[in-house]
Amino acid sequence: MKKNSWFITIATILGFAFLYIPIISLIIFSFNESKLVTVWSGFSTKWYGKLLSDPQILGAAWISLKIAFVSASLAMVLGTLAAFVLVRFRKFHGKNLLSGMITAPLVMPDVIIGLSLLLLFISMESIFGWPAGRGLTTIIIAHTTFSMAYVAIVVQSRMIDMDGGLEEAALDLGAKPVRVFFDITLPMISPALVSGWLLSFTLSLDDLVIASFVSGPGASTLPMVIFSKVRLGVSPDINALATIIIVIVAIGVVIASMQMKPRKTS
Amino acid sequence: MNATTLIANVMRLLNRSGFRARSLVIAVPFWWLFVFFLIPFAVVAKISFSEAIIARPPYSPLYTWTEDGVLQLKLFFSNYAYLLDDTLYVSAYWSSIKVAFFSTVIALLIAYPMAYYIARTTERRRNVLLMLIILPFWTSFLLRVYAWIGILKTNGIINNILMSVGITSEPIIMMQTNFAVYVGIVYTYLPFMILPLFTNLVKLDPSLLEASADLGARPMTTFFKITLPLSVPGIIAGSMLVFIPVIGEFVIPALLGGPDTLMIGKVLWNEFFSNRDWPVASAVAVVMLVLLVIPIMLLRNAQNASAGAAS
Repeated sequence: MKKNSWFITIATILGFAFLYIPIISLIIFSFNESKLVTVWSGFSTKWYGKLLSDPQILGAAWISLKIAFVSASLAMVLGTLAAFVLVRFRKFHGKNLLSGMITAPLVMPDVIIGLSLLLLFISMESIFGWPAGRGLTTIIIAHTTFSMAYVAIVVQSRMIDMDGGLEEAALDLGAKPVRVFFDITLPMISPALVSGWLLSFTLSLDDLVIASFVSGPGASTLPMVIFSKVRLGVSPDINALATIIIVIVAIGVVIASMQMKPRKTS
Repeated sequence: MNATTLIANVMRLLNRSGFRARSLVIAVPFWWLFVFFLIPFAVVAKISFSEAIIARPPYSPLYTWTEDGVLQLKLFFSNYAYLLDDTLYVSAYWSSIKVAFFSTVIALLIAYPMAYYIARTTERRRNVLLMLIILPFWTSFLLRVYAWIGILKTNGIINNILMSVGITSEPIIMMQTNFAVYVGIVYTYLPFMILPLFTNLVKLDPSLLEASADLGARPMTTFFKITLPLSVPGIIAGSMLVFIPVIGEFVIPALLGGPDTLMIGKVLWNEFFSNRDWPVASAVAVVMLVLLVIPIMLLRNAQNASAGAAS
């Protein structure tokens, strides 16, 4: 037994090293003075300055943040409704179809989602005249569609875990179903809503492939700009951008886990 | 009046007008997914049967009304025949399946000990390690793939270390090879393998392992006779969560692979953006979907099995 766990410990350490060495190297070389990303030549923060004065990156970041905010909020509402319906409603027409449609986007390759949505938008435009052209709206619709699947999964597992007795008691005492949902169900699933929203937000900020398909002129998201820069070669200001994102995420995760803790012990 | 009573009042008004809240609650997410997820596949299937023409949009209509009012339906199977004919597509599908298969196996071999360790460790350490598994998932996927360019390229970190230690005098070429594609895929999809394995292994009843040890089984025997068979649903779920998206992967082969890295996601992308041949791109997507039907069914079954075991 001892020999076995020794092997597993080493394998685990190596696994975590594999996960974190690229991230650490990104951070270290963002402070490198030289333009060569991989040869150390002295400490400098000039790439941060260059990044923060690059109008193309800043503009794309702003577009991406707007898209992420709106699509995460829409996905939170739609995903929660889907999860609620699937967990709490007894059999209804199309329940199997709904549960299939909500899990499929999780594994569907991005190129298929992107291509199929673009062709839908173009067909809709030629039939109904909406959406006129492609841009922010079409990206928001696309991101909402795949993000709501993630929200639904998170909320669904929370609803299955939670005690349904309180809802039943409130219904027995004569509360209207809508009231029960807003006064009891919603507060109980709120941690899942928060993590679902955050997950959707980051997924939207991260998406390159789907946005490239459904975007139009003048709506280049941050990943699209990064991708076109990276294709031309490595450049240290991208390292600086990566470091900023990693620091923000790490702070967010630490704050989230600190907020979770007191609730657990009490 | 707070938001809750406002919504309750609105619902009461709607109820009075013979409207049923229940069907609205079902209808909103249902129709959203129906219109923006299911119908698009039908559109793709439709366009895969049309002919590429130089127009806007660049494909021929499937049905037209002839002058004497007859509905004419034109289906072009030529796009599919073209996919079979041109060796590029067949070998791209084949190499995508190969890359997805081997990277799934490699990811499983790396993930299993990690998931096992996390499932067995103290609760305090377990939470920290799980957070460390999830953390990269929250940072940009694109930037994490980008990080490997700096590590693998000819004057990159690995070659610098190897050459300064004196192991090689010439840099090893790793970038723009299939090796780099495998590294990138295993790296980005590893958390998707670890998490389902962990959820499965953490539920494993320790008394089974104790009983096996008490009855004199060696640790290896216990592992192969008890732990491994019981973790099959986790293995299937994790493997499919890696295999399915990797089949259509575009970013990793585009950034880390070379000109001879052939993957169907990249082919579809080029067909659409460079050749502007929408019908062939659609046919490529339809065939990819057909290939994915069996893995998706396997995933659903594995997830249902683990959901059933949990309740």
